[in-house]
Amino acid sequence: MELLTEPFHYAFMQRAFVAALAVGLICSTMGTYVILRKLSFIGDGIAHASFAGIVIAYLRGANFYLGAGIVAVLTAVGIGFVHRRGRISLDTTIGVLFTGMFALGVFLMSQQRSYAVDLQSFLFGDILAVQPQDLWLILGLSVVVGVTVAVLFRGLLYTTFDPVVAQASGINSPAYEYALLVMLALTIVVALQAVGIVLVAALLVTPAAAAYQLTSRFSPMMVLAALFGAASTEGGLYLSYYVRASSGATIVLLATLLFFSAVGLKYLRRA
Amino acid sequence: MTLRQAQGEAVVARDLVVRYEDFTALVGATLAVHYGEALGIVGPNGSGKSTLLKTIAGLLLPSSGELRVLGQQPRKLSPGTIAYVPQVEAVDWSFPATVWDVVAMGRFARLHFWQHFGPNDREVVHHALDVVSMADLAGRRISNLSGGQQQRAFVARALAQEPKLLLLDEPTTGVDAATEEALREIVRKLVADGLPVLMATHDLDRVDDWFDRLLVIDRRVLALGTPREVVESGAYSAIREHTHTHGHLRHDHEPHAAHAAHPEIRA
Repeated sequence: MELLTEPFHYAFMQRAFVAALAVGLICSTMGTYVILRKLSFIGDGIAHASFAGIVIAYLRGANFYLGAGIVAVLTAVGIGFVHRRGRISLDTTIGVLFTGMFALGVFLMSQQRSYAVDLQSFLFGDILAVQPQDLWLILGLSVVVGVTVAVLFRGLLYTTFDPVVAQASGINSPAYEYALLVMLALTIVVALQAVGIVLVAALLVTPAAAAYQLTSRFSPMMVLAALFGAASTEGGLYLSYYVRASSGATIVLLATLLFFSAVGLKYLRRA
Repeated sequence: MTLRQAQGEAVVARDLVVRYEDFTALVGATLAVHYGEALGIVGPNGSGKSTLLKTIAGLLLPSSGELRVLGQQPRKLSPGTIAYVPQVEAVDWSFPATVWDVVAMGRFARLHFWQHFGPNDREVVHHALDVVSMADLAGRRISNLSGGQQQRAFVARALAQEPKLLLLDEPTTGVDAATEEALREIVRKLVADGLPVLMATHDLDRVDDWFDRLLVIDRRVLALGTPREVVESGAYSAIREHTHTHGHLRHDHEPHAAHAAHPEIRA
């Protein structure tokens, strides 16, 4: 028994579990929209672009989340704007912005003589390094995103299924799309420390994709996705303590396992 | 004022020009739609039928000309006023939703975010499902619907919105004869109740049964009048000939719904 509760004895582990819960819930809730609106490449793009913000914030001694947050939101809105107004395809837009911003981050970092170890943790995630003030920021942003989803629920649902008819009926589809992109950017910033830039896309896609296999209506899909997300982050963090592996990687592997179990269950139910 | 009592014109367009980047889809269209009439829009593929509907719906902005829908610019109307029924390919039917969920969306424009989806909304949805004879399919997932059922679900969603103007984009394409007849009866009933209806159609065989008046377009208005007047004007037979002989060849002129979806909803 003592062995099983051991991870909870350390303050840094307690913070990590609370942060992981918030990240798991919020990423997979937003993931429901990511899957149904086919935005997974955007999620990946925003995460990589925010690396530039992290580096700039680091060099100026500012808060990581502030730097990442500003760049992530600007990138999300920029992607939405270029996609709507421009004559360039969405894939191309994201491809250009995401590699350009990521390169800017690497460029700025490589100019520094002292090699920054902390920046590494943002690429691959280090949830065990969450500080109390980070935790408040994570929880605060999670509440903001959660409340916004609840308030805009019907409009987001309608514009996700049929933006054109929703618009004709008087619902402002572009405004909902921008709101969603900004929430997505904030979610990614929240997830950065937990699973890192490289793996954040997995947490946005995998739990919701698993839920999609097992549900036939939107709300149950969102609830199940949130459960899968929370189970992946909490379970992954717990397991990583015993197997002494990277927490981010363990979390994503557990989510992947859940996804394949869901696919298997779907086929078993059909048979 | 109820719809039945309303007099005059529901839609007025003067010299309407609509462009897609470098292609002019409508050139100087002038027309009016009365309350309580069904106006059929006929023309070959790429003639601007969908463009006209989308412009009236406020999805596209005219580059010049004047457009008044129920006395206003389309985008200034209160939410829920215009119901637009697109072609069924416009959405991804693998979306996790039941027939009920989709029809219920028709109510969303009428609800503020703090308002509950209440008993009245449920009743309206039930009624809309009854009208299209889909009450027994309310719980079915939309991915398991036939083409005709998808079309009827879209019509039910539009009805649930309780609109003041109904726009239909080729609702009879790819549906069975029974569904087509059911849709015709629904439209005639709505029109009899005073609703103005505009409908683009490919099917030129039964225009007399469907519509009070016909608009013949091929990027510009070729004729507007009762089906009989239009037949006598000769424009109709030209279109008929054109549709039968060249219709399939001109398909590439009108942007496909999937491509146009984003440019259309630009703020």
